[in-house]
Amino acid sequence: MSDTVLEVRDLQVTFTASGRLLPAVRGVDLVIERGQTLALLGESGSGKSVTAKAIMGLLDHPGVQVGSRVARLGEHDLLTMSAERRRALRGNDMTMVFQDALSALNPVLSIGDQLGELFRIHVGATRAEARARSIEMLELVGIPAPGKRIDDYPHQFSGGMRQRILIAMAVALEPDLIIADEPTTALDVTVQAQILELIERLRRELGTAVLLITHDLGVAAEVSDRVAVMYAGRIVETGDVYELFERPAHPYTRALLGAIPDLERPASELRAIPGQPPSPSSLPAGCAFAPRCDRVTALCTGTRPELTLLDGGSDRAVACHHTKELLDVG
Amino acid sequence: MSAEPVLRAVNLHKTYRGGLLSKAGAVRAVSGVSLELHAGETLGIVGESGCGKSTLARMLVGLEKPDSGEVTFRGRPFPARDVRRSVQMVFQDPLTSLNPRMTVQDLVSEPLQVHRLANGAPARRARVGELLDLVGLDPDRMNRFPHEFSGGQRQRIGIARALATEPDVIVCDEPVSALDMSVQAQVVNLLAELQRTLGVALVFIAHDLAVVRHVSHRVGVMYLGRVAEIGPATKVYGTPAHPYTSALLSAAPVPRPSLRGRKRIMLGGDPPSPVAPPPGCRFHTRCWKATAECSTQEPALEPVDDHFAACHHATRPA
Repeated sequence: MSDTVLEVRDLQVTFTASGRLLPAVRGVDLVIERGQTLALLGESGSGKSVTAKAIMGLLDHPGVQVGSRVARLGEHDLLTMSAERRRALRGNDMTMVFQDALSALNPVLSIGDQLGELFRIHVGATRAEARARSIEMLELVGIPAPGKRIDDYPHQFSGGMRQRILIAMAVALEPDLIIADEPTTALDVTVQAQILELIERLRRELGTAVLLITHDLGVAAEVSDRVAVMYAGRIVETGDVYELFERPAHPYTRALLGAIPDLERPASELRAIPGQPPSPSSLPAGCAFAPRCDRVTALCTGTRPELTLLDGGSDRAVACHHTKELLDVG
Repeated sequence: MSAEPVLRAVNLHKTYRGGLLSKAGAVRAVSGVSLELHAGETLGIVGESGCGKSTLARMLVGLEKPDSGEVTFRGRPFPARDVRRSVQMVFQDPLTSLNPRMTVQDLVSEPLQVHRLANGAPARRARVGELLDLVGLDPDRMNRFPHEFSGGQRQRIGIARALATEPDVIVCDEPVSALDMSVQAQVVNLLAELQRTLGVALVFIAHDLAVVRHVSHRVGVMYLGRVAEIGPATKVYGTPAHPYTSALLSAAPVPRPSLRGRKRIMLGGDPPSPVAPPPGCRFHTRCWKATAECSTQEPALEPVDDHFAACHHATRPA
């Protein structure tokens, strides 16, 4: 059996808004191996959440066009699959953890009902079995006194506990892939550390692949194996987390790392990036980062650089005309 | 540093009561916070949600009246008009804090009118142009509306509005949290530059520890409505005396994978609710140093080395 859990090639997502086409994702490739965490890093509007939803098959409504050349989850071809089969796949083989646990949980059903539903629908468990398995799951994600809390409702839990419940639901059926969309953004820093540790532990114990969507460079650096940096609907740089953070090969990645303050190394001045990310309705012709880039040349504004493999790196790819100079400068 | 602080808060308390039909108890947002802000310095305030940092900010600018305690500006209390003029605020979300139906010119000239700082429309217009220029916005765009600007630019409008009255103090409540990470640095650098050129004192409230360290001379760490630790940024971050500060610093994700193996302090549980803060030291329910004393005796803020910490077991330099 192949170790590739997810393979997506040339993913395109276009929204139609009042007659205009808004390309949100423009040719994204993603490959995740078993037991691996890939962080998809980007700012708001970069297309990272849309990518996640497209993979989950949650963009199936009018006004959105989703297309790709390849979309495989393990042995399953997502492109040829019926909507019915795909629904069965969600929950069983791939699951999603959302940012806001309070709105992702049903407020009028107890936690036990919501967790138990997974076992009853997907594996045909009886009520009693489902309840017993649900208690096990709550225990696994570290909810104290799970036997007592199983009949409680979402509002009776704290933010961190609710996120644990969502994670319990996501891992309940031992999926091959978990997509976590900003799972800790709404949480306080001390609770965030707990949740990241939990995701990391479950990945190790269950061998699940994780696609972690985040805007936080620190979060990506703490837990991922590989990182893909998105800008204006495309991946501009991808590679091993250590290599990417230590030797960023795209000016955008490099600029981001220079623009955030580092707790361990306080600098006197942050290197701010001028301007702001482009809107999907008015993308520049060449490289999307060209208007903000300090290395921009005529080539950049005219021709869009392709995502190309770097020599010597382990599966490192960068979309920039000036990567060589950038890496030579160090 | 001058001896006389520009802004002084003494033993501030604020409790929000539930409505008539509310079953929830009163929220004790701030319980006994005192601090001083000196001319030209930046005081950072960090803490998790519900620690009372935003309530504190609102009391410092006079938007919220403390239940007890007092805020004074150069010794004079609110709400004297010239005091209000001298202490301004920058809010977190510039889109909701700017009136969408007012142009940038109207927005920035409103404080000029209220405080009668420029006589006549042409003078006001000229002053608005100056202010926009100061915060790095093109004065030619003053007839546009807030929605025509990006998030970072809107925050600049908010800053221009705060600067209009030539304040001595600006209280910034999460000024960069709503901004994209590539834009945050622009606003952080702008605030730092304004402080250097205008000498304005800043209170910088945020949950992002790295940003606060970057901008602040002194830092206060809040937990459940009280100050856990306060002192020079280098001391609070370098040699934290309060266990909560250590835990907070240790939990913050660092954008360097090579530091992954570092030893980290993992706190259990969530911060308790400010409706029913624990007795004694408010942090004792999550603290690994807690003893019997901590659950009954509330520790006072006491000097440790060059800074202050409220802990019975504060880490003291050897």
